[in-house]
Amino acid sequence: MTDLFAWGDAGWGDEILFGALTTIRLALVSLPVGLAIGLTVAALSMAQSRVARAIATGYTTLMRGLPEILTLFIVYNGVGMLINVVSGWIAPDARPPELSPFIAGVAALAMVFGAFSAEVIRGAFTALDKGQTEAARAFGMRPVQILFLVQLPQVWRLALPGLGNLWINMLKDTALVSVIALDELMRATKVAIGVTKQPFTFYLIACLIYWGLSVASEVGLARMERRANRYVVKR
Amino acid sequence: MHPIEILTANLPALLDGLWMTIKLTGLGAIAAGLCAPWLALARANGPRWAQWGLRGYISFIRGTPILAQLFLVFYGSGQFRPFLTDIGLWSFFRDPFNCALLVFAVNSCAYQTEILRGAISAVPRGQIEGAHALGLKRWQVLRFITFPNAYRMAWPALGNEVILLMKASALASIVTVFELMGRTRQIFSRSFDLSVYLWAAVFYLALTAGFVFLWRLAERRLSHHLRQGDAP
Repeated sequence: MTDLFAWGDAGWGDEILFGALTTIRLALVSLPVGLAIGLTVAALSMAQSRVARAIATGYTTLMRGLPEILTLFIVYNGVGMLINVVSGWIAPDARPPELSPFIAGVAALAMVFGAFSAEVIRGAFTALDKGQTEAARAFGMRPVQILFLVQLPQVWRLALPGLGNLWINMLKDTALVSVIALDELMRATKVAIGVTKQPFTFYLIACLIYWGLSVASEVGLARMERRANRYVVKR
Repeated sequence: MHPIEILTANLPALLDGLWMTIKLTGLGAIAAGLCAPWLALARANGPRWAQWGLRGYISFIRGTPILAQLFLVFYGSGQFRPFLTDIGLWSFFRDPFNCALLVFAVNSCAYQTEILRGAISAVPRGQIEGAHALGLKRWQVLRFITFPNAYRMAWPALGNEVILLMKASALASIVTVFELMGRTRQIFSRSFDLSVYLWAAVFYLALTAGFVFLWRLAERRLSHHLRQGDAP
């Protein structure tokens, strides 16, 4: 049992650990991209223009209604074909560059995270006390100042629980990217099973690693929430 | 090929896949729905050991990808093949549909339990005490007070959970169950025409929309007596 997970060529400990690191890297890179999409879509959904609001609603409805694996395949195959077509126009003789599974994974995960987080962020904005914004305007603060000094610090506090859940969901969704051949935790596990023929043992280990990451995230998020709420008067 | 041609040429396969998706989701949700209320009761008011066991179960299911759970059951069962053959269960685990259904049911059961637990503990204590004072037996209190109240509160969340399960059922395609996603991938691998994925997206959205409509209809029935101004 212990030599199965030994370091180096003898066991699979290092392969699986590197897979887990790729999983974490994938989730960490997708997070800021997804948050940027989420903030943009949330801004669109609160805009004056009806077109902007319609785009935001369409995007969130679509992305939240589709299975994540379908989104991933559409991004991977669709963008791959687009690259082929575009490179065919620019340089017909050159071999088209390949879309790396990592980038396709980041794109798909961030698109899904963006749609869900847009709803969370919009909800947090609507929960803000209107009087504070009005007071800030009465003080003569500019809109940018109001956004950064009054609104966003509170949006962060209100959106954090929802965003935390989405983070854990995304961490789990990284497993899907193994299907387009990215060597993350699931795929490293699969490779190990191909040699050792012990699927239950290895998939159990993979599950335990994901579980550990989720529980660690929950603990970390609980701390962040406590910190974000430290100045809030309990009533 | 034109997107419409892709659809008409593959419509039987896609509809077959759609039906498989509905079967997987529906059976999984129903199986989970049969277990969840009892587990939720145990999680809310049960003995200490039962509460801890259920916490572990729910935490594990919520903390691991459903794809990993599916692989653990479908591929993992192969490690115990001689044992499973001996007790006559191997024919069950050999079939990817059975494995997917089992995983979806166990997975959804954890989420439904957690949703119902919250709803059960939110049932006003006064109502339960009143029912006891009226001389209702324990199962009558559950039947007439606790569960009707809890389900009414939990209904929207339970609907969301079924939609999440429907989306997750697309993962069954990875263990070769030919539901909607499986059919779609099969058609794509033959035609390399991206529009089949877009049609699958349309099918999934239509399925969600139809489900939301039915679920709202049921919700109106569940809370019929709470609406103001309706004729009795």
